[in-house]
Amino acid sequence: MENVHNPVIRAVGLTKRFGDFTAVDHISFEVSAGEIFGFLGANGAGKTTAMRMLCGLSRPTEGEGFVAGYDIVRQSEAVKKNIGYMSQKFSLYEDLKVWENLRLFGGIYGMKEREIKSKTERILHELGLEQERNTPVRSLPLGWKQKLAFSVSIFHDPKVVFLDEPTGGVDPVTRRQFWGMIYEAAGRGITVFVTTHYMDEAEYCDRVSMMVDGRIEALDAPARLRRQFDVDTMDEVFRRLARRATRKGD
Amino acid sequence: MLKFLIEKEFKQLSRDKVIPRLIVMLTLLVMFVFPWAADQEIKNVKLHVVDRDRSSLSERLVQKVVSSGYFRLSGPSASYDGAMPAVERGDADMIMEIPSGFERDLMRGETGRLLLAANAVNGTKGGLATSYMAAIVADYSADLRAENGLPALSSAFKVESSFRFNPRLDYKVFMLPALMVMLMTLLAGFLPALNIVAEKESGTIEQINVTPVPKTLFVLAKLIPYWIIGFVVLSLCIALAALVYGIYPTGSLLTIYLFTTVYIWLVSGMGLVISNYSDTIQQAMFVMFFFIMVFILMSGLFTPVSSMPQWAQAITAINPLKYFMQVMRQVYLKGSGFMELLPQFFALCSFAVVLSVWAVVSYKKSA
Repeated sequence: MENVHNPVIRAVGLTKRFGDFTAVDHISFEVSAGEIFGFLGANGAGKTTAMRMLCGLSRPTEGEGFVAGYDIVRQSEAVKKNIGYMSQKFSLYEDLKVWENLRLFGGIYGMKEREIKSKTERILHELGLEQERNTPVRSLPLGWKQKLAFSVSIFHDPKVVFLDEPTGGVDPVTRRQFWGMIYEAAGRGITVFVTTHYMDEAEYCDRVSMMVDGRIEALDAPARLRRQFDVDTMDEVFRRLARRATRKGD
Repeated sequence: MLKFLIEKEFKQLSRDKVIPRLIVMLTLLVMFVFPWAADQEIKNVKLHVVDRDRSSLSERLVQKVVSSGYFRLSGPSASYDGAMPAVERGDADMIMEIPSGFERDLMRGETGRLLLAANAVNGTKGGLATSYMAAIVADYSADLRAENGLPALSSAFKVESSFRFNPRLDYKVFMLPALMVMLMTLLAGFLPALNIVAEKESGTIEQINVTPVPKTLFVLAKLIPYWIIGFVVLSLCIALAALVYGIYPTGSLLTIYLFTTVYIWLVSGMGLVISNYSDTIQQAMFVMFFFIMVFILMSGLFTPVSSMPQWAQAITAINPLKYFMQVMRQVYLKGSGFMELLPQFFALCSFAVVLSVWAVVSYKKSA
């Protein structure tokens, strides 16, 4: 339904300052429906802050943003109904069982009991976690935790899902599987907004933006960026841009 | 939505290894240990007797003193100076010197003289022990006069005492209702607050903050389990007080539950305000510790508010604990009805309204 003129995410001069420090400096971009949008940058470049503003967790100091057609400041509760979010730090309930976490978040988004039940079965099957349904989440290995967290974030079929460093700390095989899940979600029409600092993952995205010192320095499809900078890998693109950085990573 | 959130809280609470045990332990301590420990009756005062008369009458006096149950002989000494080191060592709390000629004076109908010296490092203990002793000696002299056919001297010291509302002078009747207030404060105020801060610390609250869950619903789901626990524990305490100590509220249970409802609402609000300003459990604990200290010492739990200096009394006016403690003690001991407790009711309601408004305003879903 949405077209290029009606993007799912739109940021216009979005800015966040903490005192004298400008974490995010007038960023503007648009993301269309069903797109996998990579939000790249070094640690401390302002990726997480920008994402938190779009999710309604942090109020922008300046500028405006729209997600799923709603204003992120004035209609933040409406935004929240239409998004999924997976934070950098694992934040499901560790003392709840696998199925209980799915049930809780399904219930929070207003899903019906029957819908929750059938969807839980399907997801446990897809993740191969049927044996682990009654395992407290704290005892799962990290890779499975991350996959479960992603499943929870799209459990209610949101229009957009925000993933903050979803593959941090997991092995290459799991990372590949994880991207499989992302593609599958995008195939169902969920727009994916993902931050990462693994440059090889940038290749999996439809378009990427490169953030340096709170500003977006480049934004295009990975292949076109490589051509533009006349290099072979995204890693090289990033290095060219990062050279301009003055800010220290954290 | 609320259903799912409350379900989650109960699941988490039932799996917690510490909190449920802590609640049970605390209740047991409050009911079975604290009433004895917080008993301010003075018993086992260590008495050193310097008997320089060594007569049958002086011996009888010593026996009477010991048989009262308040005093325990720590040893005789030949002289007052010989007894002082015992006091200095802490082996004696009080010296009673019976001068020679004690029996002779009494038999002649003259005034018998006694020297009492109490260690007043602990002022309360020294003062109470002296007045107990005075009462015993007065009783003794009355006995003697009766035996010798002399009219009891009304001018002789005779302690006139009447303890109203607590005729047995049972300290437990006084302490138990106040200790229940402490328990409610911890259960309904501080435990849910720590629970919320724990979610902040672990980052799970962020996952909730990106969902459409209204903040009031999330907080309500946190509070409801502790409200239920609070009422169950209170009912248990009231039942235990009756079964174990035979202490029943003189007033109506309805008044107690009505005030408890307001109080639980109040302390929940207070806990939430603290949790809103704390990012870590450590921070929250310190703030709570601070308030608990102030609230307890300024509540009248141990020392009557009316005997505090004016400025300290002014501070107690903003201590919600004080009002609820007054209510519980008055209902338990005096049988006060709702109308007599109206001032406390309004005070508690005002606190509750202010604190809950503050809690809602200071809660942020976004930074």
